[in-house]
Amino acid sequence: MIEHSEPHIVPKKTYYIVFATLMILLFVTVAMAFVPLGPFNIYVAMAIAITKAVLVVLYFMHVRYSNRLIWVAAGAGFVWLVILLAFTLADYSSRGWIKVPGK
Amino acid sequence: MEMDRTVVAEERPTIIDTVTGAIRENYLNANYGLKSWFLTVDHKRIAILYLISITLFFFLGGSFAVMIRLELITPQGDLVQAETYNKLFTMHGIVMVFFFLIPSIPAVLGNFLVPIMIGARDMAFPRLNLASWYIYVVGGLFTLGAMIAGGIDTGWTFYTPYSTSFSNTYVIATGLGIFVVGFSSILTGLNFIVTIHKMRAPGLTWFRLPLFIWSNYATSIIMVLGTPVIAVTILLVALERGLHIGIFDPALGGDPILFQHLFWFYSHPAVYIMILPAMGVISELVACFSRRRVFGYKFVAFASLGIAVIGFLVWGHHMFVSGQSSYAGMIFSFLSFIVAIPSAIKVFNWTATMYKGSISYDTPMLYVMGFIGLFTIGGLTGLFLACLGVDIHVHDTYFIVAHFHYIMVGGTIMAYLGGIHFWWPKITGRMYPEGWGKFSALLIFVGFNLTFFPQFLLGYLGMPRRYYAYPQEFQVLNVMSSAGASVLGVGYLLPLVYFLWSLRYGRIAGSNPWKATGLEWQTSSPPPTENFLATPVVTEEPYQYSPEETEAEYAMTKKENVNV
Ligand SMILES: [Cu+2]
Repeated sequence: MIEHSEPHIVPKKTYYIVFATLMILLFVTVAMAFVPLGPFNIYVAMAIAITKAVLVVLYFMHVRYSNRLIWVAAGAGFVWLVILLAFTLADYSSRGWIKVPGK
Repeated sequence: MEMDRTVVAEERPTIIDTVTGAIRENYLNANYGLKSWFLTVDHKRIAILYLISITLFFFLGGSFAVMIRLELITPQGDLVQAETYNKLFTMHGIVMVFFFLIPSIPAVLGNFLVPIMIGARDMAFPRLNLASWYIYVVGGLFTLGAMIAGGIDTGWTFYTPYSTSFSNTYVIATGLGIFVVGFSSILTGLNFIVTIHKMRAPGLTWFRLPLFIWSNYATSIIMVLGTPVIAVTILLVALERGLHIGIFDPALGGDPILFQHLFWFYSHPAVYIMILPAMGVISELVACFSRRRVFGYKFVAFASLGIAVIGFLVWGHHMFVSGQSSYAGMIFSFLSFIVAIPSAIKVFNWTATMYKGSISYDTPMLYVMGFIGLFTIGGLTGLFLACLGVDIHVHDTYFIVAHFHYIMVGGTIMAYLGGIHFWWPKITGRMYPEGWGKFSALLIFVGFNLTFFPQFLLGYLGMPRRYYAYPQEFQVLNVMSSAGASVLGVGYLLPLVYFLWSLRYGRIAGSNPWKATGLEWQTSSPPPTENFLATPVVTEEPYQYSPEETEAEYAMTKKENVNV
């Protein structure tokens, strides 16, 4: 209960640094789109996107300074998103495995 | 000890209004006027607001069903046009799923009972609770408006690309209504989670919680984690339909199966939003009317959480024949079989609870027994459908229509009605007429089976769903189904009548007419606004019933009667 009554005060500097990092990563995303890496372009883009999302969740949404119950709630949201993406991609990536006779 | 508390509750001094002389002792007569209802933050009054609004939607959805069953009496399409028929089954599904079944038990019984059952004065966020009802009403009016304007014909599933590129009905408006109403269910779920974590009475540990609380907790997890996905999905449909951004339509570079993934990621767990709270009701009722502790309490509690989690991993079973990879289909099929295990644990534990119990056949118990039988049939036919090969034969036929009605109507609505009967004396302070209660319960059971069992046969024989005309040889079974639906309709109207009647003429119930355990029975009926005059302290596990004691009491009264 005490954790709630004393909110952690984050210095403004932290927000500026996080914001700057997000902007730099945005430009990196755009830049990487022009670098031909073949199938790895998507992995690089996704890695950058996940990094940005984590930064937003930790700093802008204050999860980093919150108690463990908040960590569980935020973590659950993240895990459920992974379930959605993983199972959906499992379908897409395995569709070509079975050859249709005559095609 | 339980008795002592009851006495304390009864001994509350009557508070009389100094100006008007009116009695103000419970949440219903604490204050009067429209404002006292529409701006209330009392969870019990909000439950009543929900009760009235979902009842209206239930009978609206039911009237669409009446039209559907009338049309299907004859093989030819004669009563309505094909387009109208498409709109009828679409609106029946949308109203029943999003505006009745999903809010039904959580928003009415859950809202009323969760704080009382855990010994709290109210929800953690009373204003958010009221907001959830207003959001529900706004979403409902939006969808209602879209229906009056001309309706929607995509089926309640909104499959793309038909919904985004071809249907010329009110898809976006209806979708927005569902988008909005989703937030009311997120807020309810959020409120339940926080309330159950933070506001339990002293001594009320997790394993002393009633199973109704466990199941509503599990439901809340689904509401909070699943509903945002349907919201986003509807938004994407609106974007493609309104702005032609290619997401689902292959002609625009999209993928229609992506829609099905997103839609069923929520809409399969949504079935558990409907059935889990129903299971919670059944656990409470079966213990009370068998006078026994719930067999395997911890298993039943954890089965709720198991269903909530595994229920999120099975959605692909709706897509076995729609172009999903066969390998993904195999995984989803396997997981769909797995999710049957926690449900079976519950069914076996309920029947084990009844074993050697002292069973009485009051109206709520009739609904319990109806639920157990019908839910089992619905669940087992679900396993037929989870089977890759069988599903190819019965996919999109009346077999699946029968299956999910056995779960949603035979399961959820039976439990909802059982729960309403059981807690009606607590909610209103009055008893309903028991004879009429039993009669309607039987009518509903018979009418339900007559309506939906023939549909299993129709589906197996190959009659597809969502058609307004059918070959001659299917007529007998369809007429049986329509006849059953009219019996079912009477069965649903009767409780509406006698519940309203009981508000004025029903026998005064007293605080604990069923001699049930649980904190809600230790306060007066109807409860005071603050639920308890003193914070209850819990010192024992739930369901302290004794069949031997009940039998002994029964023998005594019988003996006395003989002596007289
Ligand atoms: Cu499903």
